[in-house]
Amino acid sequence: MAEEITLSVFRGDRSGGREQEYKIPAMTGMVVLDALHYIQAHQAPDLAVRWNCKAAHCGSCSAEINGSAKLLCKTRVDDYENEVIHVRPMHTFPVIKDLVTDVSWNYEKLRQIPAFQPAINAPFTLQQRDVDRLQEFRRCIECFLCQNICHVLRDHDAKDAYWGPRMMIRISELQMHPLDTADRLDLLKGAAGIGYCNITKCCTVVCPQGINITENGIIPMKESVADKYFDPLGGLVRKMHK
Amino acid sequence: MSENIESHSYDILIIGSGGAGLRAAIAAAEGGAKVAVLGKSLLGKAHTVMAEGGVAASLGNVDPDDGWETHFYDTMRSGHFINNYKTAEVFSKEAPQRVLELEQWGAVFDRTPEGKIMQRPFGAHTFRRLAHVGDRTGMELIRTLEQKILTTNVDVFQEITATKLFLDNGRIAGAVAYYREDGRFALFAAKAVVIATGGWGKLFKVTSNSWESTGDGAALAFRAGAELIDMEMVQFHPTGMVWPPGVRGILVTEGVRGEGGLLRNSEGERFMEKYDPQRMELSSRDVVARGIYKEAQAGRGTPHGGAWLDITHRGPEYIKRKLPGMYQQFMALADVDITKTPFEVGPTIHYTMGGLKVDAYSCATNVPGLFAAGECAAGLHGANRLGGNSLSDILVFGKRAGDGALEFIQGNEGMPRIDEGEVQAEIQRVLAPVGKEDGENPYAIHERLQEIMADHAGISRTGSDLEKGLELILELKERSRNMVAPGSRAFNPGWHTVQDVSNMITLSEAIVRGAIERKESRGAQWRLDFPDELEEFGKVNFVHKLEDGEVKTYTSPVPEMPKELQELFELGAAPGVAKSGKKE
Repeated sequence: MAEEITLSVFRGDRSGGREQEYKIPAMTGMVVLDALHYIQAHQAPDLAVRWNCKAAHCGSCSAEINGSAKLLCKTRVDDYENEVIHVRPMHTFPVIKDLVTDVSWNYEKLRQIPAFQPAINAPFTLQQRDVDRLQEFRRCIECFLCQNICHVLRDHDAKDAYWGPRMMIRISELQMHPLDTADRLDLLKGAAGIGYCNITKCCTVVCPQGINITENGIIPMKESVADKYFDPLGGLVRKMHK
Repeated sequence: MSENIESHSYDILIIGSGGAGLRAAIAAAEGGAKVAVLGKSLLGKAHTVMAEGGVAASLGNVDPDDGWETHFYDTMRSGHFINNYKTAEVFSKEAPQRVLELEQWGAVFDRTPEGKIMQRPFGAHTFRRLAHVGDRTGMELIRTLEQKILTTNVDVFQEITATKLFLDNGRIAGAVAYYREDGRFALFAAKAVVIATGGWGKLFKVTSNSWESTGDGAALAFRAGAELIDMEMVQFHPTGMVWPPGVRGILVTEGVRGEGGLLRNSEGERFMEKYDPQRMELSSRDVVARGIYKEAQAGRGTPHGGAWLDITHRGPEYIKRKLPGMYQQFMALADVDITKTPFEVGPTIHYTMGGLKVDAYSCATNVPGLFAAGECAAGLHGANRLGGNSLSDILVFGKRAGDGALEFIQGNEGMPRIDEGEVQAEIQRVLAPVGKEDGENPYAIHERLQEIMADHAGISRTGSDLEKGLELILELKERSRNMVAPGSRAFNPGWHTVQDVSNMITLSEAIVRGAIERKESRGAQWRLDFPDELEEFGKVNFVHKLEDGEVKTYTSPVPEMPKELQELFELGAAPGVAKSGKKE
């Protein structure tokens, strides 16, 4: 492994900025976040980067490394041998400073999703096979990399029309809970804009938790919406079969 | 030059947005109070998210003989009886309710074949007791609370750092804080304040803790006159990653041993046989951590100074289902496939048992109107915490602190007054390092503090090491007054580190002073010069107070258990196991 690593890190704020180069000593097993910490401690104490756990549990350190949306804490420096490592903030959200972006829009949308409304009081009787799918969705660490990469949000900035994969997964998880009684299909079809997703699966590819966002979440929800709004007869038949 | 600042007024102000803070906020809001939560991170990112193994509660879903008495018994025994028994009693009784409530709010736990919440075995728990979701239980817990908060009438302030608490004639009056985004200050007047800011594992270099665990709330409360207790008790988790260097300290859940993982030294010996032949790998954390440390000291360690942990006999499918996070963590960060090969683990700083001294029922500190819950508070865990007890701790006492604050404001309705001059002075103090180039680098001061703590107040301690450590901390405290933060106020991590380091230095002094006074070995405190647990020290807790800027240390008697609780320890075995036990 090279003894010295070169990083080119975006420095700037809402008004603009540019990449700046830093050279730092390599360490075995180093991740990009370690490299940024080294820069903070020795070269640029005010370099802004958001992080918490450094163990891929919290989803704070989302960024773009050589053009790919990744967690800084999970990306090894030795994946980029003999390359300059370019680190930039997520593109889809406004930059606050350096690598830190304003992700508050996501929390606004999370607030607008009707909460879990169970039919009965806990303790519940639920089979593991019935909760496997929910648990898959609940692995989400809210890193918002899927939101960042979703082309509806990224390229078209259509945040007013589509709430993005994270919200689709949250709604899916509630809709698929065997004991939930609320209906969020109106929301999905309307304000949350599930129709805008055209299943390019970019979100699934980028998910650091390996959640099958498109196949297991968005497509079944699209089907539920289609059943309810566009296929009343088929919907009725399916209901009778249940 | 005085700052024009944003001003807020709340019934109850909660500082800290981890599990304890969010649970307190829900309780306070449900009681009709106007509530704000301040967190220095984004919502849902707090250190709670790192808890892996499970939440301990005697639901009795897999072992029907379990009950609150046995949970109480295990908790007191692991704490080596310097815990507050009242705290442990309400905790054991209320934990199951708090877990079920999470299910009601949308948490999805792993299930038993009958469809109940699954419970796994864990170190020093008599029964299988930890409700869990694979190895990401803390994430499930904080996500559930986050989702509840987002649909509850609570104002959440994200990425905001509180720097000082204010008093009005001895009663709590509020806090001042700055937004990390742009360094703008805001004043929060409040009738009651709940501190829920977690522990201070970042005092040590090798730690499983996230960056936030810098003890801010405990230090703020201490400066406002609150008492600290049991500060010498800092838990080493036996199993952190040890290689490569960048990941040293990251947690390897006790769930690996709970699911059958075996510990071996370099000679292939299951060495726990020597240290706890009955409970083996599932002994209490202090015992396992010392076992690994002693083996490495004796030259029987792994290449990087730890022990081998082996779970391969459970088979790849089972491991990937029950420990998916661990599987991925080792694959991604260490190039190790734990389904195929044993892996290296070693002790890592994990939890601070000590903290703010609080009432067992209301979580009130000695400062009127100031409450504390979760890792920043003390009393439940004594000299050593049981795995899984921290998650139930934050739920039980988060709620109790919220309720305690509600009750307080019912008797103290007026909004206290905060002195404008004091606020401005505090803002000037906090701003002083910003933009300065010449002075101490806060990152370097932090690193030095971590070295001092590791060398002088680590897993094994002696009186002379501790005395030297205290001297070095006091020197560093002087140097730290000159910390600088080049750059602007806008999201400036160097400046944020200045506040963190000041708070950690305050607490490190109390830790070392407590460790010097406790001239015995008990739980997490291992004194090479006093290797035995001594009866006289089992009767006292060490309490620290700030008096005229100086840390003063006193003893306080350990509350004595009433007869009916004492009898639980005289059955010859744990309640529920013993023939004469109440659970029979």
